[in-house]
Amino acid sequence: MSFNNLDTLYRQVIMDHYKNPRNRGTIEDEGSITVEMNNPTCGDRIDLQMKVEDGIVQDAKFEGEGCSISMASASMMTQTVTGKPVEDALKMSEIFSEMMLGKDIDEKEFNLDDMGDVQALQGVAKFPARIKCATLAWKAMEKGVDEEQ
Amino acid sequence: MNMAEVRKQFPILEQEVNGHPLVYLDSAATSQKPQVVIDAINDYYERNNSNVHRGVHTLGSRATEDYEGARDKVREFINASSIKEVVFVRGTTTAINLVASSYGRQNLSEGDEIVLTKMEHHSNIIPWQQVAKETGAKLKYLPLYEDGTISLDDVREAVTDRTKIVAVTHVSNVLGTINPIKEMAKIAHEHGAVIAVDGAQSVPHMKVDVQDLDVDFYAFSGHKMIGPTGIGVLYGKQSLLENMEPVEFGGEMIDFVHLYESTWKELPWKFEGGTPIIAGAVGLAAAIDFLNDVGLDEIEKHEHDVVQYAMEKMNEIDGMTIYGPDAQERAGLVTFNLAGVHPHDLATALDSLGIAVRAGHHCAQPLMRELEVAATARASFYLYNDKKDVDHLVEGLKKAKEYFGDVF
Repeated sequence: MSFNNLDTLYRQVIMDHYKNPRNRGTIEDEGSITVEMNNPTCGDRIDLQMKVEDGIVQDAKFEGEGCSISMASASMMTQTVTGKPVEDALKMSEIFSEMMLGKDIDEKEFNLDDMGDVQALQGVAKFPARIKCATLAWKAMEKGVDEEQ
Repeated sequence: MNMAEVRKQFPILEQEVNGHPLVYLDSAATSQKPQVVIDAINDYYERNNSNVHRGVHTLGSRATEDYEGARDKVREFINASSIKEVVFVRGTTTAINLVASSYGRQNLSEGDEIVLTKMEHHSNIIPWQQVAKETGAKLKYLPLYEDGTISLDDVREAVTDRTKIVAVTHVSNVLGTINPIKEMAKIAHEHGAVIAVDGAQSVPHMKVDVQDLDVDFYAFSGHKMIGPTGIGVLYGKQSLLENMEPVEFGGEMIDFVHLYESTWKELPWKFEGGTPIIAGAVGLAAAIDFLNDVGLDEIEKHEHDVVQYAMEKMNEIDGMTIYGPDAQERAGLVTFNLAGVHPHDLATALDSLGIAVRAGHHCAQPLMRELEVAATARASFYLYNDKKDVDHLVEGLKKAKEYFGDVF
């Protein structure tokens, strides 16, 4: 018995984000938006806080509980969208959904390197049961932006 | 048929998953089907398919005989006193909803109480929440003890003359707890209440005699007892069913239809609006034959041996938490958490070794809160599982622990 195929899912960088989550915590600023989202089929839950000013995501922090994929994804997402214009963050969310469906991303249209560590989640596409774990944080971000606008 | 022969009758178990022989440990979610059940359904469609209760033609008679024959088989299986007490429905959820929407609405009013346990599946909580909202009745939960059991003293205290319904699962799908249904029925009856039992996790695994238990309603699903999906049973005492209004109206359930009002067929058909689940009933009858052939007592004993072995071996793993009562007092499933590995990650790791377990809240969110966990993993056993499956599971768990230990 071996777990060779698991390594495509549990990349080192993912486990690093799970073990040492970036942006875990709360924003002590009154002007921030809070979104709670859960995955009703499995019980994963994320509380995402974002501060958006002048159309830019100034800060993003999260609390929550869930599997390594959902928590690592939240860590990576907050890291990636912080400092980005809202429309870029939404575009990334769209690209991320396509990535999870296993679609090829046209690198002329979109530079995947802009996604930073998020790229490490590409392997999740091969584990259909886990896609919702990965997209939870991104859905929360979309909802937060939606409420802000 | 001995237990070694049993496994060979389930063709789906003969495959490899992710390069490993399939080890199916998710029968509490749904069971696999033996060849005879698959054949019975095929045979019905190939030779007898027709609508029931109406055609004068030969196929119509055969289909009716098959369908009503299945009902009588179910009656005998749970020892109901008459086929009038056996209503075919889609599954346990539909059966409980029927009781809540019909009996509940007719008999509950403001200030009445429905007594439940905290280990109920969502399908034995939400129908009661809904009917309570409509009628002004209140839900009252029995305390749950650390070992995953309830106490009859608490039942005696909670059930009062205000109690109209006691809604309880026979076997918990998470804890494996076997609840004292017979004693609870007696207490309910002393206060003029009825008892409605979720039998989804009991009927497939142990002998259930509805008359001996003296239950008023008892619900279960075909697909968890090696039968097909889409068929289930509501048992109800005739005296209660007689006075209940149907919840679905249309063809098949009527006696006379006039322009402004109609009358219903007699029991049990007044509750079976529309073309019934004929092939499902045929499959369920074949499943019952198979279970009887092996013997329910035999199955219960076998699962008990397997679960006892599983708990022993699993408890040897560092960081293992098992929820629910001791092996002596539980049904054939083990819900657990392994320190340092989230249950979803664990389930994915085991799946990559061909081992199918369930991870999540198991449709019991209130119970998860009670246990103070967001999610758990569950291995559930049935007549086709054996100790070798447990060995694979335990080896897989150790590997997973190692793997996630390494990546941390």
